[in-house]
Order: sequence, then C-alpha cells, then structure tokens
Amino acid sequence: MSEDIAWIDAALTSARPRAIGALLRYFRDLDAAEEAYQEACLRALKSWPQKGPPRDAAAWLIMVGRNAALDGVRRKSRLTELPDEDAISDVDDVETPMAERLDGAHYRDDILRLMFICCHPELPATQQIALALRIVSGLSVKQIARVFLVGEAAMEQRITRAKARIAKAETPFEAPGPVERSERLAAVAYMAYLVFTEGYTAGHDTAEVRSPLCEEAIRLGRLLLRIYPAEPEIMGLTALMLLQHSRAATRFGADGAAVLLEDQDRGLWNRDMIGEGLALVDKAIRHNRPGPYQMQAAIAALHARAARFEDTDWAQIEALYVGLERLTPSPVITLNRAVAASKVRGPAEALAMIEPLAEALGNYFYFFGTRGAFLLQLGRDEEARQAFDRAISLANTAAEAAHIRGQIDRLTADAKARAS
Amino acid sequence: MLYALLCYNSEETVFSWTKAQDDAVMAKLGVVQDRLAAQGKLGPSLRLMPTTAATTLRKSDPPMVIDGPFAETKEQLLGFYVLDLGSLDEALDVARELGAANPGGAYEVRPLRSFQPGALPEAAQAG
Repeated sequence: MSEDIAWIDAALTSARPRAIGALLRYFRDLDAAEEAYQEACLRALKSWPQKGPPRDAAAWLIMVGRNAALDGVRRKSRLTELPDEDAISDVDDVETPMAERLDGAHYRDDILRLMFICCHPELPATQQIALALRIVSGLSVKQIARVFLVGEAAMEQRITRAKARIAKAETPFEAPGPVERSERLAAVAYMAYLVFTEGYTAGHDTAEVRSPLCEEAIRLGRLLLRIYPAEPEIMGLTALMLLQHSRAATRFGADGAAVLLEDQDRGLWNRDMIGEGLALVDKAIRHNRPGPYQMQAAIAALHARAARFEDTDWAQIEALYVGLERLTPSPVITLNRAVAASKVRGPAEALAMIEPLAEALGNYFYFFGTRGAFLLQLGRDEEARQAFDRAISLANTAAEAAHIRGQIDRLTADAKARAS
Repeated sequence: MLYALLCYNSEETVFSWTKAQDDAVMAKLGVVQDRLAAQGKLGPSLRLMPTTAATTLRKSDPPMVIDGPFAETKEQLLGFYVLDLGSLDEALDVARELGAANPGGAYEVRPLRSFQPGALPEAAQAG
C-alpha cells in the first residue's frame, strides 16, 4: 500500500503544473487553485489505489478539483438546493476526453502563466525560487525551509508574503501574444536556472539537501521543452543543467573540500545526463540561433566530451567564451575566458587579461582563487599566497575555503621543502 | 517467433521517479530479463531518452526537420525489447510479468517482420 502511494505521488507530482495551471485559469486565484488541487489529490489517493490511475492524471485532477471546488461554493452559498450528494461527488469516473476538450488548447499557456507568476520582478530571487518550488514543483514548506536553512515558520511567512504580493499584482489571464509569450518564456527559463544554481552552488555540507533542487530544475527545463519543443535556448538551458549536474557525485571530496574539474573522477560522471545534455546541444546548434544558455551548454559539453582533463579542447572553449562575452559582456565571463586562455597560451597572458577586472571583481571569491592559481603557475608564490588569503576571506561555503586552504598548505609545504 | 515488446508510459511520470524508485523498477525488471536471457529468449533491449531529446524528419518535399517526437501522445515510447517467444500468449505473459514490476503505461506486443542484429562493435554504448 505504502508503495502504491509512492508511485501515485510521482504521478501527482508530474501532473501538478498542468493541473494547478488550469485550475488557476478557472478560479483566477492561486489559493483557490491550490485548494482545489489538494482536494483532488486527496480523492486520487482514495480512488487510484482501487481503480488504478487514470490515463491522463492531470485531466482527472483538473476535473475533480474543479467540481469539488464548485461543490464547496454551492454548499457555502446555498444559492441552489443541495443536489443529491452522490450525483455531485461521483466524479471518480470523470471522462478524460471532456477535460481534454476544456484544457487541451490552453495547457501550454497555463503552465507558462503558473511559472511566470513566480517571476514577479519585485520578488527577490530567493523568494522567486521558494515560490516556484512551492507552487510549481509542490515541495512542502518544510522541504523548502530545509533548503534555505531557515525555520519552517519563517519560510511559511516568506511564502505567504510573496503570494500576497503576486495576488496584488495583476496576473494576466488572457492568452499572451507572441512577443509577451517569448518574454514570459525568458523570465521563466531564468527562474528555472535560479532554482538550479541554488542547488548547484551548495557546499559539501548542504549538497545532499540541495541537490534535489538541481533535479527539480532539470524537470522544469524538460517541462518547458515539452511545451516549447523548438526553442534552442530552452534546449541549451536544459542541456546546461544536465551537463553540470552530471558531475554532482565528484564535485566534493570526502573531507568536504571542492574538487576541481581537473581532479574529478570522470568515471563517476553520470553518463545518462551527459548523453541527454549532448543530444540537446546538438539539437540546439541546428537552429543556428545562438544564445547564452546554448553557449554555456556547449562549453559544458566540451568538458563532458573530454575523456581525460588533458583532452579538453581549451581553444574551442576559449572561442565559446569570446562568443558568450559578446552576447552578455560580464567580468565573470572574462575571468572564465582567462582560465581557458591560460591553458592555451600560458598563465602570463591570462594574468594580464584579468588584471583589469580587479576593481569589478574586488569582492569575488573566484577572482582571487583564479589569480592565485595563475601567480602560483608563474612562480610568484608570495603574491599567490596573498591572493589565496583574500579568496578565503571571501569564500561563500566551507568547501570553497577548504579548497583554497589546500592550495596554501601546498605553498607552505613547498617553501619548507626548499628551506630544508 | 520474434516479437517486439514496445514500452509505453507517461515520461513526465517516469522522469519524476526518484532515483530509488527508478533503481527499484530496473532491479525488478532485471529479474525477468535475466530469466529470459537464461532461456535464450531475450534479444536486444533498450531504453530511450525522453522525447525532448528527439528530432523528427518528416518526409515531405523537401523533408522537414521538427524538434520533438513524431507523435504527441499521452504515453510515450520509452524503450523496447526484442524477444524470441513461442506464442502471443507467452508474449502477453512476459508483458504481464514486466508490467507487474513497472507501474503505469502499456506494453504493445508487435510481431517482427524481419530482424537484422546489426554489427555494432562491443564498445558502442549509449551515453
């Protein structure tokens, strides 16, 4: 029985965005939509184990949720005489085709709208992520609170406030025009990417709690791709997330320190995710409409394709960073390009490339970590040590600090060895 | 007779399974597959990536390349087995057994018209 429930849970989870999206269109109110969905889920848990799950779980949930909510309204308002209980609540045998007629044409916009309301520009990124996890993915407040390392009550309050904010904002319910649709899609894609990075940048100590965020983001990416199958940037985004996450098992050592790409055990990279990521990169390139997600995915693909670190095609990676810089100029991208350049043309040139970034990246952990590494390669140990010290003071996670400390220890050991 | 057993399921649901759930299904399917293999009845079998990874070439004039699967369906083709079995009844028995290990969806039993085992080198692997 409990095993049954776990499978039903997976079916409910996957049906959730479409079901809540449609219910939101009916009720034009997020709380009402969520309530109706909850009610439908309760009925599913009662009915599905006996009758088996319906072929189209989302359509079932939409119909049942909608009827249950209308029921409630009727009962509350007593505007009409209460119909025979059996007649109104016997919706278990709901006809899929009917729900489909109601929703088939709308579901793309429904899902997009549902995701889009989480991207309200007034909401800070962390609240957008929390809201998306709650509303679109259906994570419990408790699960979300754990991810953000706050108490359940605090997270509950945060989500309630965020919801109040979007309730006040005008949610557009009519079908969007093509321009608006593509703007929404871009905002939603970015939100999915935020969910991913929130999971990806976790330290060793939080990786276990946060890694499900990466999987959730990948699921959102696939969902977007299913409703917009021909968008190369959505292919790029999904590929990027898959390729990055494929390395999850190797990114931290047993001691919790971050493990650099060159030291990761490539045998432990997830081949399924790499395969899917590479397939999506291939598909995207065919469209010949490059974009930032595609470029980053192409870079990740080159790392994934290299059987050994020595096989990495750094010249091609640098070329991709040049392209990315042109699309979205940023000092962080220049920093990454410099890393690729250092492999192709040596640390001196790379160091010269990043010197002008000192001001813009003066508080950026990776800037000093990278600078330290270049200086170390050039034999300028004392300056390297200073850069590493600064990096440690800027580290965001214990894993980052531990990695840099390892570099400093190596420097110290070398110095001692020379002295003796 | 050679049969293809085509595995259909909602990919949204299958790709929402936790790794533990997925592993559990694969382990249970593995038991059936091992028995079929030991009996010399199991040919090639494979699992497909989600339809989001698919590209379709429509043979219009000129041929048109479309992102996504050929057919948009509620359940998607997620993999198949090639089996050498005595009868349709036996094929349905195998489908029942595999179905018990794998919730949701459907198996289509499709007799093979011809079969070329191909000559992929041993090293050719998915992923």
